Amino acid sequence: MAARKTYDEINQKIKEGNAVVVTADEVIDIVAEKGVREAAKYVDVVTTATFGPMCSTGAFMNFGHADPPIRMTNVLLNNVPAYAGLAAVDAYIGATEASLDKGINYGGAHVICDLVDGKSIRLSASSPGTDCYPRKNIETWINLDDVNEAYLYNPRNAYQNYSAATNTSDRPLYTYMGILKPGMGNVHYCTSGQLNPLLNDPHYRTIGIGTRIFLAGAQGFVSWMGTQFSSGRKRNAKGLPDAPGGTLAVSGDLRSMTTEFLKPAVFKDYGISMFVGIGVPIPILDEEVMSCVSVSDKDIFTTIEDYSVKRRDKPSLGTVSYEELRSGIITLQGRKIPTAPITSLHKSRQIAELLKQEIEKGEFEITKPVQSFPLNKTLKSLEVKSKEGR
Amino acid sequence: MKTKWLLTFPPELTGEPVTYTLIKNFNLKINILKASIDLNVSGNLLVLADGNKNEIDSALAWLGNTGVIVHPGDSQIVWNDALCVHCGACTAICPTKALSLDPSSWMVAFEGEKCLECGHCVPACPIGAISNNNGLHHA
Ligand code: SF4
Ligand code: SF4
Repeated sequence: MAARKTYDEINQKIKEGNAVVVTADEVIDIVAEKGVREAAKYVDVVTTATFGPMCSTGAFMNFGHADPPIRMTNVLLNNVPAYAGLAAVDAYIGATEASLDKGINYGGAHVICDLVDGKSIRLSASSPGTDCYPRKNIETWINLDDVNEAYLYNPRNAYQNYSAATNTSDRPLYTYMGILKPGMGNVHYCTSGQLNPLLNDPHYRTIGIGTRIFLAGAQGFVSWMGTQFSSGRKRNAKGLPDAPGGTLAVSGDLRSMTTEFLKPAVFKDYGISMFVGIGVPIPILDEEVMSCVSVSDKDIFTTIEDYSVKRRDKPSLGTVSYEELRSGIITLQGRKIPTAPITSLHKSRQIAELLKQEIEKGEFEITKPVQSFPLNKTLKSLEVKSKEGR
Repeated sequence: MKTKWLLTFPPELTGEPVTYTLIKNFNLKINILKASIDLNVSGNLLVLADGNKNEIDSALAWLGNTGVIVHPGDSQIVWNDALCVHCGACTAICPTKALSLDPSSWMVAFEGEKCLECGHCVPACPIGAISNNNGLHHA
């Protein structure tokens, strides 16, 4: 008998406290021991996770109305510009925005974390003044309790694979992949590999719009496909892309988050980013899902790009498996080169484990996607045109 | 016992065979981690000295008499365990594996004894978990 389970059946087990939940690390041995078929009957949910710098991160806020009210423009939060081209007191603070006085040493990511930590934030805004919103200036302090809403809305997180980076030039490069030493002195890679959410669900069978996720300690949701979603990327025999594939847009309430899983990252001479912790449960609906979650680092490959080529498309210097990257040293063009991750596997594992415990305790239900992601979406480029037109 | 010293030489002493004396007269094993000494300009020498307690104590006393300033103790590089998120971004930057990832826990550890104090890791950490307290060496 083939093992098939529905979302409802799995949720029933979760409610009863009987669900068998394991992490995407643990499941590898279970499948090796029992085989896909038996493992699919035995395991109900597999937890995946990642904790890495994700630049496309930010938060929407609604400050509430002052008296007299103001239609805010030029919004600054601790002197970091927020976008307020929305309704009167709505704004979006992006993680990578730098402070007007402190530069990249303090930015949107820091504002978001300060809010989550319960700190007060200086809000200032101005306005031309209108009949319905007469106030022209406001200077005040806000905190997470004062505002109406404050939620993360990250347009692109949790990349399904990402190219590793190296530098063939003769000077160090300061990048969002960290410091790349000259002369291929190091190779930096990100994604949590075999623990990465979308690498465990390569064809987006269970992860889609509406999927409940762990987002920096809160229960959040997948709200859309992430920007630069490119599911149509060439796949290997295991169905995995060996370059950036799918991505997730995610949202969740800042009030339920913790800065243990949300942290500002400052990359020297590059700018600000934000470490975001994401966990996604994968319900084991059948053997195919089980076979996908049993993927291990030796099956996942990624390309190594030369970041010294300052073009959109960087040349690939080769392909390596995550198993090789994880060994700390790889051979590239006949040379041994040290490797290092910039995604924390330690934190990713903590998240997978926490999510597992929440599901075991019946505190976290799985959800069927309201809408699945497209399977053949390709990436477009921006052409620099000399005149308007198609 | 092993101990790490940062030795600062005043200009008039840069010509002295200090390491030779430490090895010859005090029986220490000296591992030079980093040197920046020019003749007649003050310089710094970072060494790992290995010997028994008596040898180390008498070597220190002798160094004090010669006018060499000894900054003893651990690495001047401070890794803040509590801030570190164990991303690993500092580990391939470090030339000596003083900062390294444990391949089973995937947590980063710092071993001051291996540290050259080159300072390269300080700007490499996106969290600001590593600082350089000596002010003498810069990346
Ligand atoms: S100062 Fe240099 S040797 Fe010491 S830990 Fe940092 S990178 Fe490694
Ligand atoms: S770069 Fe910083 S946060 Fe990352 S492992 Fe090194 S010390 Fe820890």
